[in-house]
Amino acid sequence: MGKIIRIAGPLVEANGMRGNRMYEVVKVGDEGLIGEIIRLIGDTASIQVYEETSGLKPGEPVEGTGHSLSVELGPGILKSIYDGIQRPLELIKKESGTYITRGISVPAIDKSKKWKFVPEVKEGEKVTGGDVIGTIQETKVVENRVMVPVGMQGSIENINEGSFRVRDTVCVIKDDKGKLHDVSSMQIWPVRKSRPFKEKLPPELPLVTGQRIFDMFFPLAKGGTAAIPGPFGAGKTVSQHQLAKWCDAKVIVYVGCGERGNEMTEVLEEFPHLIDPHTDLPLMERTTMIANTSNMPVAAREASVYTGVTLAEYFRDMGYDSAMMADSTSRWAESMREISGRLEEMPGEEGYPAYLASRIAEFYERAGRVKILGSGDRVSSVSLIGAVSPPGGDFSEPVTQNTLRVTRVFWALDARLAHRRHFPSINWMTSYSLYNQLPAWFSMQKGTKNWSKIRTEAMSILQKEAELQEIVQLVGPDALAPKERLMLEVARLIREAFLQQNAFADVDSYCPPKKQYMMLSTVLEFRKKAESALERGMDMEDMLTEEIVIEEAGEKKKIRRPHKYLEAMLRLKESPLEEEMSRLKEPEKVKLKLEGAVDNITKEMDKVLGK
Amino acid sequence: MAIKEYTSVVEVAGPLMIVEGVEGIMYGEVVEIETGKGEIRHGQVLDAMETRAVVQVFEGTSDLDTKSTKARFLGETMKLGVSTSMLGRVFDGAGRPRDGKGEIIPEKRLDINGYPMNPSAREFPREFIQTGMSTIDGMNTLVRGQKLPIFSGSGLPHNELAAQIARQARVLGKGEDFVVIFAAMGITAEEAHFFRSDFERTGALERIVMFLNLADDPAVERIITPRLALTTAEYFAYEKDLHVLVIFTDVTNYANALREISAARNEVPGRRGYPGYMYTDLAMSYERAGRVIGKKGTITQIPILTMPDDDITHPIPDLTGYITEGQIVLGRPLHMRGVYPPVDVLPCLSRLMNQGIGKERTREDHKDVASQMYALYAEGRDLRDLVAVVGEEALSERDRKVLQFADAFEDEFTRQDYNDDRTIEYTLSTAWRLMSILEKEELTKIGRDAIEKYYPKPEDRWKQKEEGEGLAYHGVTGDIAMKDVDEL
Repeated sequence: MGKIIRIAGPLVEANGMRGNRMYEVVKVGDEGLIGEIIRLIGDTASIQVYEETSGLKPGEPVEGTGHSLSVELGPGILKSIYDGIQRPLELIKKESGTYITRGISVPAIDKSKKWKFVPEVKEGEKVTGGDVIGTIQETKVVENRVMVPVGMQGSIENINEGSFRVRDTVCVIKDDKGKLHDVSSMQIWPVRKSRPFKEKLPPELPLVTGQRIFDMFFPLAKGGTAAIPGPFGAGKTVSQHQLAKWCDAKVIVYVGCGERGNEMTEVLEEFPHLIDPHTDLPLMERTTMIANTSNMPVAAREASVYTGVTLAEYFRDMGYDSAMMADSTSRWAESMREISGRLEEMPGEEGYPAYLASRIAEFYERAGRVKILGSGDRVSSVSLIGAVSPPGGDFSEPVTQNTLRVTRVFWALDARLAHRRHFPSINWMTSYSLYNQLPAWFSMQKGTKNWSKIRTEAMSILQKEAELQEIVQLVGPDALAPKERLMLEVARLIREAFLQQNAFADVDSYCPPKKQYMMLSTVLEFRKKAESALERGMDMEDMLTEEIVIEEAGEKKKIRRPHKYLEAMLRLKESPLEEEMSRLKEPEKVKLKLEGAVDNITKEMDKVLGK
Repeated sequence: MAIKEYTSVVEVAGPLMIVEGVEGIMYGEVVEIETGKGEIRHGQVLDAMETRAVVQVFEGTSDLDTKSTKARFLGETMKLGVSTSMLGRVFDGAGRPRDGKGEIIPEKRLDINGYPMNPSAREFPREFIQTGMSTIDGMNTLVRGQKLPIFSGSGLPHNELAAQIARQARVLGKGEDFVVIFAAMGITAEEAHFFRSDFERTGALERIVMFLNLADDPAVERIITPRLALTTAEYFAYEKDLHVLVIFTDVTNYANALREISAARNEVPGRRGYPGYMYTDLAMSYERAGRVIGKKGTITQIPILTMPDDDITHPIPDLTGYITEGQIVLGRPLHMRGVYPPVDVLPCLSRLMNQGIGKERTREDHKDVASQMYALYAEGRDLRDLVAVVGEEALSERDRKVLQFADAFEDEFTRQDYNDDRTIEYTLSTAWRLMSILEKEELTKIGRDAIEKYYPKPEDRWKQKEEGEGLAYHGVTGDIAMKDVDEL
């Protein structure tokens, strides 16, 4: 038993700690606040405390618990919302009301709830660490797979079907030496240690997000890593929410690390009502959340990303593709800086500790597509998407730079785009993805053979636009050739009707890959037709201003400008089929509609030429 | 709790005092300091060691000595006595009455640091607050329980804007007034007087509590001023079921006081010398805004900060922007052109807007109108730069109209009188009138139904003005712009 000798903010020093281990969890003070040892000198330990320290006194006791900061893994994690050290916020609310007071001890997963366990193996069967011995239907979407603990091997001595609490023995395993081990559906795992796997594999499949700029231009792979840096107000959180809502991972771990309380509330209120397009069930059924808002203790913020990634790895080990969103990793880095400063460590860049780069790299390295433990060649993945909040939007700062060094996708948010309400405000000139050449990305999309071709074409149009814009800035639009003016118009269509996506509109929030493909190929088709009309002598001014008449649903309509008409079609605002076209349903109809639009336009352009 | 008294002050440096030979001192404990002359000051423990305590002294350390100064450790963390009789009163930055009306009789004593609110106990804010300002209501809507700062610069009329919001803020159809908690940190006596007389003029004083820490008051005291204000706000909101609007001015002074203490403690500085924990520290105050499930009252915050050299990337506005739910940014060019309020909408944002507007809250077209206005105004501003290079003749007819829209936007939408309290309907119909400079097909961000319903017919375009809804100010240039359009 040690005793406190100094308290400075979240850092407490205690002596009489000889024998306690580095990163051991300790109970601090009379109230038993949770802390973790982060430095040992002689018999003095420096402890970062996960709760508010006002009111602590030197002389109060410090007691070791003998284990490192760990999470409880078992059924009951999904649909929960935890703080940074896996305490369920709902239970804390029951215990202490509106505010999180101190020294609250609540179980991470409900130990009294009974779950129906169905065995998957028979008595006498040989099993090894990672093998699935049975299943529990945890939520409607996700089946919890009870696994043989890591490092255990032997044969099943006894296994029972029935209702069990998480700590009840569901199975007894006899190891090679004849020793018996009880296995329950709950495991404990230290958060700072990554869960083992057999082999890391290169990512192959895309993580489909339903966001046009991501899927089409800068795709992320399952098992990949992405960084979203951006100044405040550029839409980091909305992007992260969109990914959490619509990406096709089986399990989502959402970590709100040092961010706004109301944002977590929004997720909590919204997710139970949103329907997952892949399963038609509420999104909450596959989600678990960790909320350590900016006003909650800073040390727990440091722990929250590790807690999150450990949960994601746990679901990966069951054979599921999981994805974790961390918003924002800058707050995590800042909490390291704060603790480091209190420890009076020699600072590196901008006051961040010298080990910042290695911590960030270690964290992102926990992502990946892997062959998981256990028999057979089962493959699953953890994808990590970290938001970064660079001070002043300056990407040269240490957290952004160290993150970009290890992540493979860079989605750069741009305040200028956000100011003109171009959302998602991902800058298409500076962002990149190292996954856009994945062969599987193209083959899995049926009927979209030239995916990579139209992508390249669209990108080159946007590239060209940037160049042309510079000329326009100098000499005005009149100086451009008609073909170049058309190019500008097409680029505008790509930007405004394709890249912009309204996260708050039901029809647009999720865009299936096939529809994405159709939208973009329609714009390019229009360009081809319009270019050929220009070549055949059509006047550019006419093309952009001429009235055309089209027939739609048996009704004759006047359309002022062909490109405006197409734009409206792409936005689906003009369409009477709007409701039918909601989110997932029938991209085929969208295709017909869009093809019809291009046909109509082409016909009209031909008519004008014929005159 | 035992009160312990020591005379063993060993060091006084800047705002800090170090006491040796102490025992059992709490982290965060309040200290009463008696100078050799018998004057009483207050402090708080920043670093508690076995036999040594570092105390930050709120009223400054001059006249403290290492011989006769007494430090009494009061055995508790800092608390504030609160009561409903605080309404209409003026306190100093440390919570002592400043208006000579004597101490209040506290109904309760609350810890000024509060505890972090449990995110699952929060209720998402979605009640529209009508501030009567078009640029806020129309394009950056404020809702109850939001924290929306005003980013300003020295010499800009942020005080006027804040006072106007405090005066006009109301929730539609409910007739519930706000209690205003006003916390001044390091502002001048003149500014304090401005707020005071403005509140007095409009008869709002009896629903206002003021905490004033003026420029010549001790800087370190500013550290607790916002905490006192928020503790009072929480008392009114969650125990007395009132809707509270908290105005801070000026957060920049607060952050500088924080830096002063950090420097005195020899801490490793972060950007521009501000401590690495400034984000957390600011969040502890800002995050105390909000709504709670099952409670009627709400806390809405409008912190004001002046950006040093109008630099939005300076650590103070930067960290604030990362915590608050949007920002209202004042622009110097607009102010120079004589537009009041000089709200530059492009860098402005309200993150909670989408949930607070729309059908049944404001109007179904509100969201689309706001995003259309944003797109057009941003385009117009770009075109202005272009015109500066190539001249207006080089523009297409449409571009010229967009340019005209941008001018009219600043003159008729942004500009409004100091006493002009506009309804949301007025704001939206002004928006439609301005947008009708362009043709229907150009309004690509608005649904067809809304265009059919609200796009003004040519003959109606002047009607709104004649009816004189509200007290809108119509700049001469604005009228000329409109006529030009009609002639086109």
